[in-house]
Amino acid sequence: MRARVETALITAGALALAFALFGLFLLANRLNPLEVYAILWLGGFGTSFSLQATLTQAAPLMLTALCVAIPARAGLLVIGGEGALVAGGVCAVLAGVAAAGLPAAVGTALVCAAGAAAGGAWIAMAGALKHLRGVNETISTLLLNYIAIALLNHLVSGPIRDHAVSLKVTSWSIPQPYMVDAIPGIGVHWGLALGVLACLAAYVLLRYSVPGFAIAVLGGNARAAQLVGLPIGRLTLLACGLGGAAAGLAGAVEIVAVHGAASGSLVVGFGYAGILVAFLARQNPLAIVFFAFLVGGISASGGLMQRRFDMPDAATQVLQGMIFLCVLGSNALYGRVRMFRVARAGA
Amino acid sequence: MTGTELGWWGVALAVVGGAIRVSTPYLFVSLGETLTEKSGRVNLGLEGTLLMGAMSGYGASYLTGSPWLGVLAAAASGALLGLLHAAVSNLPRVNDIAVGIALFIFGTGLAFFLGKPFVQPQAPRLPTLALGGFSDVPAIRAALEVSPLFFIGIALAFAMHWALPNTRWGLIVRAVGDNAEAARTAGYPVNLTRTLATTLGGVFAGVAGAFLSLSYPGTWAEGLSSGQGLMAVALVIFARWNPVHCVWVSLLFGGASALGPALQTVGVTGYYYLTGAAPYVLTLALLIASSSRRHRLAGAPGELSINR
Repeated sequence: MRARVETALITAGALALAFALFGLFLLANRLNPLEVYAILWLGGFGTSFSLQATLTQAAPLMLTALCVAIPARAGLLVIGGEGALVAGGVCAVLAGVAAAGLPAAVGTALVCAAGAAAGGAWIAMAGALKHLRGVNETISTLLLNYIAIALLNHLVSGPIRDHAVSLKVTSWSIPQPYMVDAIPGIGVHWGLALGVLACLAAYVLLRYSVPGFAIAVLGGNARAAQLVGLPIGRLTLLACGLGGAAAGLAGAVEIVAVHGAASGSLVVGFGYAGILVAFLARQNPLAIVFFAFLVGGISASGGLMQRRFDMPDAATQVLQGMIFLCVLGSNALYGRVRMFRVARAGA
Repeated sequence: MTGTELGWWGVALAVVGGAIRVSTPYLFVSLGETLTEKSGRVNLGLEGTLLMGAMSGYGASYLTGSPWLGVLAAAASGALLGLLHAAVSNLPRVNDIAVGIALFIFGTGLAFFLGKPFVQPQAPRLPTLALGGFSDVPAIRAALEVSPLFFIGIALAFAMHWALPNTRWGLIVRAVGDNAEAARTAGYPVNLTRTLATTLGGVFAGVAGAFLSLSYPGTWAEGLSSGQGLMAVALVIFARWNPVHCVWVSLLFGGASALGPALQTVGVTGYYYLTGAAPYVLTLALLIASSSRRHRLAGAPGELSINR
């Protein structure tokens, strides 16, 4: 319990520091930080319209953050969410087009499953390379991001391009009945519910299941895991596969709920922002739900800030970078705050 | 003889010319990353440094009228970002790879935020050396318009190759990178060494950015660097932490990047994006071929977190 208070306080402190630093940055650029923060609030959280935009952004962020958090539990630093999302999106479209004519609900489920499977396989590749050949998973997933994006660009510019659409380079569309509506009442698509469910499921799996415990042992001490006879290869594949499946599902959700077809619109940095969310949440799936909401809000407010202050959209990215740096730096504080140190020894 | 009549020779020529042009930023980022990694740290944020270098170089060149002052400004911004990476990574229990990702987001955002006023104006560009004067063929002349930065980069690679095993500074960097505990026991300042190595690595990456905005492609716009900074880490592994190998690897990657556009000129379209992915596939294949479960990559500094 005290450890949780410590985490919450240190993270809040890091966030406060980041917002203060960003305020100084705004001052240096002759902007009033208070006005900017007021607009950030308004554009991200203040109105029902901006909340809708925020939640729409938060949905894929939850899933791409899981692509970092689940492998992290096994001691792996995977940064391939962007690639897995793209792979998921492309395969979702292919599945939807191939399986036209099914009942709507079945079709949608199939499209989502295809996306999750593709994303899972994509990151599991990195897991297999890690286990079989000792290839560093951070580097391989980084490379796989670029390979996935190149494959997407190749496919939508030729083999699966919809030539009926001339204004935009985009793939064939999935059948219209497979598209999903908004959740009644809040105007946000069903991907949000999927994202929250996935985070809950990941939490339960990692905390209360046998494989979850085995993954944690592997992450804690790989040598010990080997000595007690845990199937390290299978656990590595499982952690990577589940994480990738989450990001692949994010790609499929973008297809069935937003775009209907694969295009460059899938590559908007959800994968990289997901890394930030996962680190903010300290790889805890429940905390991911909250921080995806926060980071989604910051992203969603970018447009309004741009219009109000005539400042570049990149401002939100600067803020996200500052938050990331402050949160990482705050790692140094754990166990250093006297109040918590005493409590820990007794607990 | 025109460019189109050159046919497949034209493709080869474009690849060679492209290898020389496109390789320069690769060369500088990989040299910078090599230095940083030799000290035992990984800076995954060089993409942000590259963009900041491109922006500040372009801005300074536009404001002062001197592209070489632009290069200096780019180097300074690279130094600051490198210093920031080192400062955060010096804190206990902070993962240097994660700091790199944060700096990638931060540097990219900062470059586009501060660089907005420079999207329209035309800044003076760096001069090039016309080495193709012997030939009448325009394609050859164009391919051999070489930036002086290319030669500076090569000189730097050989200088580093000599300095790392032969100077006191080089040996300290390697000692810290191979075994921090032993270096500390011997009385060498681990964090200070790494801070300097990361800062200097940032300087190199900043200069690479200046090349992008002031030489080739020679403009400041979004999407200017297509992951060249992120590729630095992969390039260094490919080059086995050897500065001279960085030259060959950069030329190889430059040529690979030029292959797609060159093939387009002779009518081979449809594979533009796939050939663009060639460097990434190449690196992954090399990693798979040379990694092993049992021992770390040959030539890798012992302290490197990506290699355990």
